[in-house]
Amino acid sequence: MTMTSTAPVTPSVARDLTIPFSALAGRAQLAEGPDWLLELRRAAFERFAAVGVPTTRDEEWRFTPVGALATRKFTAIHESDPVRPADIAPYMFGQPGWPLVVVVDGRVDVSLSSLLLLPSGVRVGSLADAIGEGVPDVEAHLGRHAAPDVTPFAALNAALCVDGAFIRVPAGVVMPTPVHVLHVVTGRARDGVIAPRTLVIVEREARASVIESFVTLADVSYFTNACSEAVVGAGAWLEHVRVQREGGKAWHIGLSRIDQDRDSHYRSFTLSLGGKLARHDLHTKLNAPNIETLLYGLYLAQGEQLVDNHTAIFHDHPNCNSWEVYKGVLADRSRAVFNGKVLVRPEAQKTDAKQTNRNLLLSDDAKVDTKPQLEIFADDVRCTHGATVGRLDEQQRYYLSTRGIGGRTAQALLIWAFVAEVLAEVSVTPVREALEAIVHAQLDALIA
Amino acid sequence: MSLLQITDLHASVGDTPILNGISLTVNAGEMHAIMGPNGSGKSTLAQVIAGHPAYEVTNGTVTFDGQDLLDMEVEERAWAGVFLAFQYPVEIPGVTNAYFLRTAYNEIRKARGLDEVDPMDFIDLLEEKLRVVEWGPEVMERAVNFGFSGGEKKRNEILQMAVLEPRLAVLDETDSGLDIDALRIVADGVNALKRPDSATVLVTHYHRLLDYIIPDVVHVLVGGRIVKSGDRSLALKLEKQGYEWLTGAAVGAGA
Repeated sequence: MTMTSTAPVTPSVARDLTIPFSALAGRAQLAEGPDWLLELRRAAFERFAAVGVPTTRDEEWRFTPVGALATRKFTAIHESDPVRPADIAPYMFGQPGWPLVVVVDGRVDVSLSSLLLLPSGVRVGSLADAIGEGVPDVEAHLGRHAAPDVTPFAALNAALCVDGAFIRVPAGVVMPTPVHVLHVVTGRARDGVIAPRTLVIVEREARASVIESFVTLADVSYFTNACSEAVVGAGAWLEHVRVQREGGKAWHIGLSRIDQDRDSHYRSFTLSLGGKLARHDLHTKLNAPNIETLLYGLYLAQGEQLVDNHTAIFHDHPNCNSWEVYKGVLADRSRAVFNGKVLVRPEAQKTDAKQTNRNLLLSDDAKVDTKPQLEIFADDVRCTHGATVGRLDEQQRYYLSTRGIGGRTAQALLIWAFVAEVLAEVSVTPVREALEAIVHAQLDALIA
Repeated sequence: MSLLQITDLHASVGDTPILNGISLTVNAGEMHAIMGPNGSGKSTLAQVIAGHPAYEVTNGTVTFDGQDLLDMEVEERAWAGVFLAFQYPVEIPGVTNAYFLRTAYNEIRKARGLDEVDPMDFIDLLEEKLRVVEWGPEVMERAVNFGFSGGEKKRNEILQMAVLEPRLAVLDETDSGLDIDALRIVADGVNALKRPDSATVLVTHYHRLLDYIIPDVVHVLVGGRIVKSGDRSLALKLEKQGYEWLTGAAVGAGA
């Protein structure tokens, strides 16, 4: 099999920045797998080696310095600390019977997972197993949506990924409950790179709800390079909840890439709480007319955290709607970055796109860089955007205190009022309630 | 002992003096009306009692139930039993009326060393209070004052007053801008909430509210001072003659 040494010579800066990952990529390429997969890994690393770890001179990474990733010595993760059901119990959603895929340090742990009671024809489980069984859908879709040329880290993920979750809901099937993909990181991940990939296929007129969550069981430093790709078929419905609450020393860089077919509906809710540096790119591509895509996001940051959300909505066809609301609450010296790109092609007439980013600063030292990026080439469209950065309203605080609600209680109530709007958009009630509890707990920590 | 005792109160916003020596005694069980032309300092007096941070007290004392009110934080005044019905109630999108009222109710209970009331028991309590303002339970799921009409906002203030059962309620122009039905509901609410151990101070520009609520004492505020006090007949005289005869007196007194 091809080794990394055969990767083409690239400009020295980019090449240097990829060195820490070379050995890992070489190891991944030696792993067993069908030819198409090995070719995907090889081509992906070639791509990554060509572009390298981005610097702040790159417009897409202007406020988010990740150069430190290139100077660290990442080690391979061969095994994990044992994880017991009790360890992951605090991170569950909904009822015990819900399908659950537990991914420990990047590999699915079947014994912790719960994959009973799936409707006929539905597949939920390990991506590596699906590859091993030669499931045709996997070869057709893996790395085709979150392709190596989408972002440098999509390429790196494809080069390094060994496992993740695979979910396929056949045409017309309505999933009765959400599927939870729980990514768990153990102490053995110290100084390691975890590169899980999730592939979700919701076929024509099927309906599914997928929760991806990322948690850390040990307070160690590591790098999660996650990548998810989803295909939403004609007339299909997908709700995608992504909860990132990794440890305070974690680096998290994730990409979610959604391809939507005609008459489909996609709604996402992205909650970002953890990590030292957390970046998520969410791309939705509207590949046919009459599609709806709803993107909601919430980020809470404190200490020295940096949280970065980049979204991109590709309006390629007429009569599609996109609606986006991201909100953030920033304490201490934390920083947030928001970039919302909306690309409307000339043929995408009657596009209706609305984007909102609102930020609440709880400290003088917190900072937000927010940027809408609307590129509109059609003339009969309605596209609006708005971004705000503000503080708690003094009149509201006074009003509350005249009713006996003072100090932190008033602060918590007003922050809650600010964030509740986006949380309300999570459509599955037990999931929404669980997220509300998580956010409540985090807000308590934020204003403590 | 009087419930509220204000002595020679002076207050300013920035460098502008607004209250210029107000003295006022309100006893438990009494209903006082404070009237006066625009800009006379009526709303400032209400806000100083509630503790608005924009007003600086430069002289004088305010004692509530034997405590130094000016030394207390805004929420501490609420815990002690002071309530201000706002002229312009503040909208709080994202917080339901139910959650807001329960939180306020429980914060006050906690401060008094009482157990908090759980949401189910609170609903029972609310049902009775909603009747005071002739409202159904659906209003509790709306965000606080958000998208409320002017009349609904004022009714919501009276509902809060009904739930929190203050010992001193100061109503700042609660009647302004109300149609006749809303005015009747607000006035009936205020009358229904009258207790022998509590007192109410109505701040109003118009006599109209006093057709529905009978005050024990009427004060006229002009130029940041009380220039005249009397019984209900004073309000009737103001209705007929306006404020000019008193503003003239104030100018004369100051000259």
